[in-house]
Amino acid sequence: MKKITIDPVTRIEGHAKITIDLDDSGKVTNARMHVTQLRGFEKFCVGRPFTEMPSLTARTCGICPVSHLISASKACDMILAVKPPHTGRQLRRVINLAQIMQSHALNFFHLSSPDLLLGFDAPKEDRNIFNLIKTHPDIARNGIGLRAFGQKIIEQLGGKRIHPGWIVPGGVSHKLEPEIKDWILKGIPEQIKVTRDILDWFKKEIKNFNEEIRTFANYPTLFLGLVNDNGELEHYDGKVRVMDHIGKIVADKLDPREYQSYIGEAVEEDSYLKSPFYKPFGYPNGVYRVGPLARLNIADRCGTPIADEEHAEFKSLERGPILSSFFYHYARLIEIIYCLEKIEMILKTDDILDPHIRSFAEPNRLEGIGMSEAPRGTLMHHYRIDENGLITFANLIIASGNNNLAMNHGVYQVAKHFIDGNNITDGALNRVEAVIRAFDPCLSCSTHAIGKMPLMLELRDSNKKIVDIKTRGI
Amino acid sequence: MIEKPRIRVKTFKIDGIDVTGRADQTVLDVAIENGIDIPRLCYMEGLKSIGACRLCLVEIEGQRGLISACTARISEGMSVLTKTDRLLKYRRQILELLFSERNHQCAVCVSNGHCELQNMAISVGLTHVDIAYLNPKLNIDASHRRFLNDPNRCILCNRCVRVCDEIEGAHTWDLLGRGVDTRVVTDLDEHWGISESCTGCGKCVHVCPTGALSEKGVSVAEMAKRRNFLPYLKSNRGIS
Repeated sequence: MKKITIDPVTRIEGHAKITIDLDDSGKVTNARMHVTQLRGFEKFCVGRPFTEMPSLTARTCGICPVSHLISASKACDMILAVKPPHTGRQLRRVINLAQIMQSHALNFFHLSSPDLLLGFDAPKEDRNIFNLIKTHPDIARNGIGLRAFGQKIIEQLGGKRIHPGWIVPGGVSHKLEPEIKDWILKGIPEQIKVTRDILDWFKKEIKNFNEEIRTFANYPTLFLGLVNDNGELEHYDGKVRVMDHIGKIVADKLDPREYQSYIGEAVEEDSYLKSPFYKPFGYPNGVYRVGPLARLNIADRCGTPIADEEHAEFKSLERGPILSSFFYHYARLIEIIYCLEKIEMILKTDDILDPHIRSFAEPNRLEGIGMSEAPRGTLMHHYRIDENGLITFANLIIASGNNNLAMNHGVYQVAKHFIDGNNITDGALNRVEAVIRAFDPCLSCSTHAIGKMPLMLELRDSNKKIVDIKTRGI
Repeated sequence: MIEKPRIRVKTFKIDGIDVTGRADQTVLDVAIENGIDIPRLCYMEGLKSIGACRLCLVEIEGQRGLISACTARISEGMSVLTKTDRLLKYRRQILELLFSERNHQCAVCVSNGHCELQNMAISVGLTHVDIAYLNPKLNIDASHRRFLNDPNRCILCNRCVRVCDEIEGAHTWDLLGRGVDTRVVTDLDEHWGISESCTGCGKCVHVCPTGALSEKGVSVAEMAKRRNFLPYLKSNRGIS
């Protein structure tokens, strides 16, 4: 038996490695993704004041710190037993949508589009954003511009592009200035146009990726996410909906505060990433997916005009929910349009400049749970405090973690289809990584946007003895 | 008619500049009056100077040892140097020691952007610390209803001890232990929340140069200290 190790996985956020077991005839018998780093946030946050939790947990990630700020602040709102004022909640929504938009743009344009535009089998040294700038300058420029727009919204609202301190327990720390509102509104139409163009291109290209569509974690799972009271896409508040692989809603309007009654967390011995599952279906049958694909599957509609049109077309791909994880890319582009439209809708409301943006209170509860939709899926923060306000317990279910079981299955499915132990091609290995990229997992705060570290493959025999080592660049 | 006390005036040099001060003034007082910046962290106008932080060390020409400007009385004809290579090196080392001794995580600190230690590091260009961090495990005292004591951010400047003793008159704070194990404690090392001497005035919080003492409920970078009360209280109470 041989074993292939892909370590590190490139063009993702964070560190992971993949091991692929081959039998004597070179057939894939098993494939696993291992998250190789331990962060320890849940442990070292203990003993800190709960008011520090938004800024502390935001350090989990440099790509989606706003998502952590949102979930953490919502958990703190619950501890304070306050509901932030309407404008405070709406401003939190705007920055969260800007965050989702820029993160989706990062994944699609910087990390994944080299595979889509240049091909999975293109020379490895060509599959990166820099080469894309040479071969497809307009798309690269638009993608970079789209992400920059989202980042600038975060900077304008929160004071910093990364780890803004603006979102605080009880609301936000300062009101929206009219000139910032005008600046954001002015930039939106151009970015919607850019996204629609790339979406049109993507829809035309779908037919060229049939093999990937068939194998990229294309299998029945549950889908989980937040929807609002009207069953529409919701990223800030809302209740949990769970849909099965034939489109049946198996649970609806679940209270985020009761998450422990329906989400369990299994621990695998070969990964630091926990494997959440839907409790009523048990482990591992309760495997579910979150993120853009899941959100568009479970939502009845988006709630904004252009995104609704695109959503309807997206849903027509299959009768039930869309099962192939390759379509995370498709869903991501629709969500970018939704985010832009929704930001515009919110900013055009009359009370968005209202100075009443924050509620103040002392702790009135000893426990708080905050749930929101991060770019990569449902994000849960759960804290307990002592009577002095110091954290005694913290549990974080990070969006990417929800997809752990599904990502592992996807790795196995792709490896089985594309890897031949007797002739391991670079394109085949790239697809194994690409299936993980499709989920856009954010495995840590460290960002390797262009995968600077070399990829190392170890071929090992049944005695775990290395028989061959292959290394490659980006 | 009240007879005015006779003030003796002394003339000397700071960094080659001729300056004049009253005999009861310190080198630092005169330097501040003349717009000459000498770094300091434990000094605070309105409190007695104790030379605890050692940042204001200066050289006196003709003397081998260094002396803290906040406690050194001026003398006629002395020549003070505040920016020699030796002093710049020592100041940087002192700051590195302060950072390495406790857990100063600026990015998530309530005083981020309003912190005197952080500002001092920026002003001397301290971009990294070469000394190994001690990473001590120090528990927060959050027992007070309104205030927090986070010893992870404390630099033992003693301002809280002095303001509580000299201005408020409560002497709730004091030092416990020696060397790197020294901590500021309330009463007889009891929780702040059950301190019988604490009046809850909050002066200690507002003189604290870092995020060690802060108000509860504030988020990261929100703890801006208000210190204008000190000279006013000092003059009201007739403290020189």
